[in-house]
Amino acid sequence: MATAEVASHEGHHHPTGIMRWLTTTNHKDIGTLYLCFSLTMFLIGGFMALVVRAELFQPGLQIVDPHFFNQMTTMHALIMVFGAIMPGFVGFANWMIPMMVGAPDMALPRLNNWSFWILPFAFTMLLSSLFVPGGGPAAGWTLYAPLTIQGGMSVDMTIFAIHMMGISSILGAINIIVTIFNMRAPGMSLMKMPLFVWTWLITAFLLIAVMPVLAGAVTMLLTDRHFGTAFFDPAGGGDPVMFQHIFWFFGHPEVYIMILPAFGIISEIIPTFSRKPLFGYTTMVLATACIAFLSFVVWAHHMFTVGMPLAGELFFMYSTMLIAVPTGVKVFNWVSTMWRGALTFETPMLFAVAVVFLFTIGGFSGLMLAITPADFQYHDTYFVVAHFHYVLFSGAAMAMMGGAYYWLPKWTGHMYDEKLGKIHFWLTTIFFNVTFFPQHFLGLAGMPRRIPDYALQFTEFNVISSLGAFGLGLSQLLFVYIIVKCVRSGVRATDEVWERPRGLEWTVPSPAPYHTFETPPKVI
Amino acid sequence: MSGSRDGYYLPNPSAWPIIGSIGLFTTLLGLMLFLNEGKTGPWLMGFGAATIIFMMFGWFGRVIRESEGGMYNDHVGLSFRMSMMWFIFSEVMFFAAFFSALFYTRSLAVPWLADTDLLWPGYEGGWPTAGPKGPLPIEADTVVADPSRQFSTIGAWGIPVVNTGLLLLSSVTVTIAHHALKMNERRKLIVWLGITLVLGAMFLFLQGKEYAHAYQELGLTLGTGVYGATFFMLTGFHGLHVTVGAIILLVVWLRCLRGHFKPENHFAFEAGAWYWHFVDTVWVGLFIFVYVF
Repeated sequence: MATAEVASHEGHHHPTGIMRWLTTTNHKDIGTLYLCFSLTMFLIGGFMALVVRAELFQPGLQIVDPHFFNQMTTMHALIMVFGAIMPGFVGFANWMIPMMVGAPDMALPRLNNWSFWILPFAFTMLLSSLFVPGGGPAAGWTLYAPLTIQGGMSVDMTIFAIHMMGISSILGAINIIVTIFNMRAPGMSLMKMPLFVWTWLITAFLLIAVMPVLAGAVTMLLTDRHFGTAFFDPAGGGDPVMFQHIFWFFGHPEVYIMILPAFGIISEIIPTFSRKPLFGYTTMVLATACIAFLSFVVWAHHMFTVGMPLAGELFFMYSTMLIAVPTGVKVFNWVSTMWRGALTFETPMLFAVAVVFLFTIGGFSGLMLAITPADFQYHDTYFVVAHFHYVLFSGAAMAMMGGAYYWLPKWTGHMYDEKLGKIHFWLTTIFFNVTFFPQHFLGLAGMPRRIPDYALQFTEFNVISSLGAFGLGLSQLLFVYIIVKCVRSGVRATDEVWERPRGLEWTVPSPAPYHTFETPPKVI
Repeated sequence: MSGSRDGYYLPNPSAWPIIGSIGLFTTLLGLMLFLNEGKTGPWLMGFGAATIIFMMFGWFGRVIRESEGGMYNDHVGLSFRMSMMWFIFSEVMFFAAFFSALFYTRSLAVPWLADTDLLWPGYEGGWPTAGPKGPLPIEADTVVADPSRQFSTIGAWGIPVVNTGLLLLSSVTVTIAHHALKMNERRKLIVWLGITLVLGAMFLFLQGKEYAHAYQELGLTLGTGVYGATFFMLTGFHGLHVTVGAIILLVVWLRCLRGHFKPENHFAFEAGAWYWHFVDTVWVGLFIFVYVF
């Protein structure tokens, strides 16, 4: 189709205002929707975390009652996992993958719109469950039977919300995989793709493989609750532990779904600010694939204390520790990329370096948890909470922040405020560590998670952690301000934005035009 | 519409997805209320389902018009084919969850439960089982007098083996129809696809009969412990997928009658056939692991 014909169709058929966003089939519009949705959920989920931390500021029960406390921990996790992190990365994928592989758009644009527009409905269902009789879901985000069998109607709302999120994720992942396999510009061979595209290819595969398993698990919960089945009821020959097995068969690949795209983002940022190509590209790709494969055979390390045969405990311990190898390869590759590079530390680079450092701490505490006998001590303590916030906040969320600063100039056409960006980085990093580092000590000393009260000797560290949490939460308002400011004004960004970055996205103007690569670029 | 230089069709903004979202949300909200004794539940469910059906007619109708209008080149067709394969893979994983539940309870959970004398003294385990509190299993295909004390299972060599034959045969007939389409023998195509549909309908009819038999005479229901749960959820979701596959093939058949599809380009036919082979394969797994063993 000739360019002239494209132009003639531009004017009509393109609704404006709210209808533009409701009906859009443009990958950049949909990417923006995903990113805004993710940021909104990040703030809502963060607010719930602050309710939790406010209650834990002192021993005893002061602000909320225990049932509401449980609702807050449950909702905080569900919202952050399914509402903030996953859609956030899909937003990056929508914006960047077509531009990175030289495609005119995603492979299936209408389906892309549907993938996004299911989400606001799913979260309307989930959030409104807080207001039904009996309150919101309070069994933890893992939704373990039999607690969820006994819960009120909010459990049904959570189940259906998860069904909707699952449909959204599966359709979105299919779209991403097909875009990567079928929409690459001529010459863009698989091993020439930016690493962000590679990590998303593997993430999308994980999503298609495990989201249906979660759908199956919550469907069994639903039928156990309302249709008299006995999947998780020993009186009928079922087993509540089976729910944990099925859930974590989904749950462990899920945590890599939340971290692999983060690896992809920092693998884009670090080479740019080191002014060197990524060290060990091929091993990075292989390590990502290895991590994805291993993610399917480690799930029971989440349930070492549930009562498993010794052979099972040993198998899952060793397979879990094996993951340290490909992950270590990645960390060494990032460090080697920086080695003797001409480093500068703009905000995206600061975030990337912090992610490498802090994620590694989370990785090491993960290794500690992988050791079965040691896990009997750490299980269900604040040590676990500290561990997964080091991988999910300082891994996934901070990588997204770095990615946002890195590509904001390309998206908006303006440079963000570098000074404010750096302030935001330092506030986030310092308050993050103030919040979560003491939780390691609390956990090792035996403070259980998901309990609104604690013994007196845990007070000091909890006070520090709560103060840090409020600082961390307030710092994110600065992030919102910087983004809004960058969208509205700022120094005009050049096409390259940074100093000779690699990748096709830097060959198009800033801001990126509504349609890019309608003529496929030549990739050498 | 906009497009790209190599003619990859990029659709205009579309309202069908958001209509689909509203339908999906309303259906599930209605179901949720229905399960919790809300009076508006069934109405909302009906409205939601109608919205989804409306969306499907609109969205798919649009795609069919675009396809018949020659807007899709091979590149677009490849995207569709790849998506369908990955979608079927996601369906495979959905069934995997239920098969795993069957294997886990049967080989691990039930034997463990029987080994622990503390919890349920005297419970022997075995398969089939309705658990320590459920009715006791008796020989397959035996009419049960008191369903609160006994239940019977469906033997593999009655209706199930006939159903296996029907589905395997239908996979052959749909392949013959596919070859006919490729050779542009339209009459043969319509006849063999029609036979496929009849075989699918016969399967569903027999499955319905079997369910009625189980509920009314064998004392086997969804609530018959973990055996009933795995049996009905596995065969039930399979039956649902056969229904969906049959509807897809019915639409394809009606389109064939109208002269749609070309020997070299017939994505919807292929997608329907793949889906049909998929439900067929799942059935073979069901027949082996649910009925025979």
